[in-house]
Amino acid sequence: MATFDLSPSGRRSGGRSEIAAATDYAVRIDKVSKRFDRRSDTPPVLDEMSLDVAPGEFVALLGASGCGKSTLLNLVAGLEPATSGRIEVPGGPAALMFQEPALFPWLTAGRNVELALRLRGIARDERKVETQRLLELVRLGQSYQTRIHELSGGMRQRVALARALAQNAPVLLMDEPFAALDAITRDLLHDELTRIWSETGLSIVFVTHNVREAVRLGQRVVLMSSRPGRVAREWTVDIPQPRRIEAPEVAHLAGVITEDLREEIRRHGHH
Amino acid sequence: MATTKPPAAAPIPSDGDELAGLDALSVVRQETESLPSRFRRKVLPPLVAIAVALGFWELVVLLELKPTYAVPPPSEVWHTLTEQWSEGNVQAAVTNSLRRGVVGFLASVVIGTVIGVIVARVRPIRTAIKPILTGLQIMPSVAWVPAAIIWFGLSDATYYAVVLLGAVPSIAIGLISGVDQIPPLFHRVGRVLGASRLTAVRHVLMPAAFPGYFAGLKQGWAFSWRSLMAAELIAISPELGLGLGGYLDIGRELNDMSWVLSGIFLILVVGIAVELIVFAPLERRMLRNRGLLVETR
Repeated sequence: MATFDLSPSGRRSGGRSEIAAATDYAVRIDKVSKRFDRRSDTPPVLDEMSLDVAPGEFVALLGASGCGKSTLLNLVAGLEPATSGRIEVPGGPAALMFQEPALFPWLTAGRNVELALRLRGIARDERKVETQRLLELVRLGQSYQTRIHELSGGMRQRVALARALAQNAPVLLMDEPFAALDAITRDLLHDELTRIWSETGLSIVFVTHNVREAVRLGQRVVLMSSRPGRVAREWTVDIPQPRRIEAPEVAHLAGVITEDLREEIRRHGHH
Repeated sequence: MATTKPPAAAPIPSDGDELAGLDALSVVRQETESLPSRFRRKVLPPLVAIAVALGFWELVVLLELKPTYAVPPPSEVWHTLTEQWSEGNVQAAVTNSLRRGVVGFLASVVIGTVIGVIVARVRPIRTAIKPILTGLQIMPSVAWVPAAIIWFGLSDATYYAVVLLGAVPSIAIGLISGVDQIPPLFHRVGRVLGASRLTAVRHVLMPAAFPGYFAGLKQGWAFSWRSLMAAELIAISPELGLGLGGYLDIGRELNDMSWVLSGIFLILVVGIAVELIVFAPLERRMLRNRGLLVETR
């Protein structure tokens, strides 16, 4: 496994691409199962699920509530152990963003980002510069000293994104990060995320239950089945970026995927 | 498996104007208040309340509802106070008591914090010790004075023992309840950001638990101060130096009500001063930083 590049400049220098060259995947989920209770008569949350994410790829992971999407991200992030199977993240621990910004209210916006750098052991002077750069990347260059409660929901989620980027992980896991935002803010943040993704070359796994959002963002949309969770179907999205969420091609593909999603949900009604 | 294309090199032709506009619309502006208006709103009401209370006291004296040896007029109490000040007794009593209280309290903060973190985070220890801590917190620590006198004799150690037994349980329990109220998501964020157990205590656990911890500190100080006064009333010795409790006791022995009232006044003033100078600003800062300060007008 490649060592994890700790220098803040590694994001832009050759560090990332060397890691990328070492393996042809950024995340490998290999026959992973997860069970929360020991009883074997209930279906597991995840059942022998397999999925590869290529370096620099944007995967939208789609599924109904309770299909184990969040569980899968927790496993990949290393917050919980898998019951069986293997998860590989060759570039080092993945960054993770939640539906709530989960920023620390006792720190300013800048300090929240800086804490991630500090926990990586980066020196103080360097931290300041890097924090400012990351805040500018999410267009919050003016907000270093701003208190969290003075920011809007969308701004908080961008600070959370900057904090996740501060981890300098090659993989960013996002667990319905825009679900709680209003539609206008969400549309703009889709543009921002697409821009940041293309500027950084990150691999992103974006969990959502919103089909249009999945098609708007993903290079690949992966539909998960529920109970047990595994990959049901997947689509490659060939619509060039930047896409608009209201574009007819997006709407068309979203319609096709929605049919499959509904079929998947209906299946559970028969039991 | 789908083929992945490299991400488009050209950035999205968005200049961020829309986002900037949205940010400007949604940011909360906090208005600042002028100094005279702040004075009228915050300082004036308590001053008026004190004046009313003094007027009421004076009225009781003028109406001769009670004999003046039982209820002396405010002026007489003030006279005793200035007299004892010029003899140096007031300063000695206040500094002795404050020193004992502050040193005892600071030691309690160290001990209570360590106990609190361990009890909050280690499940078996919590099960074993939490009920004992709760019991000690409820128990008035004055009950320890006789035991402390037998163990330590008439020494400062007696006072410190009583202060510690009063403050440590409150501080520990405040910290534990602060830890219990941390949203679980914060712990997960700490782990995702790569904090070890020890760095998580410093960067996540302690600051996140601070509101509860702070409540424990305030209560711990209140318990320290009251138990110290009680201990000073009971354990009196000339070698120990006069404290405010001892000052009160002299008034009782002399049967001098204005002396006693001046002692009560001093104990009250020290309590209010510590609250205003130490705790209130800390609390305001904490609440303002976290956006929890609700100004009622």
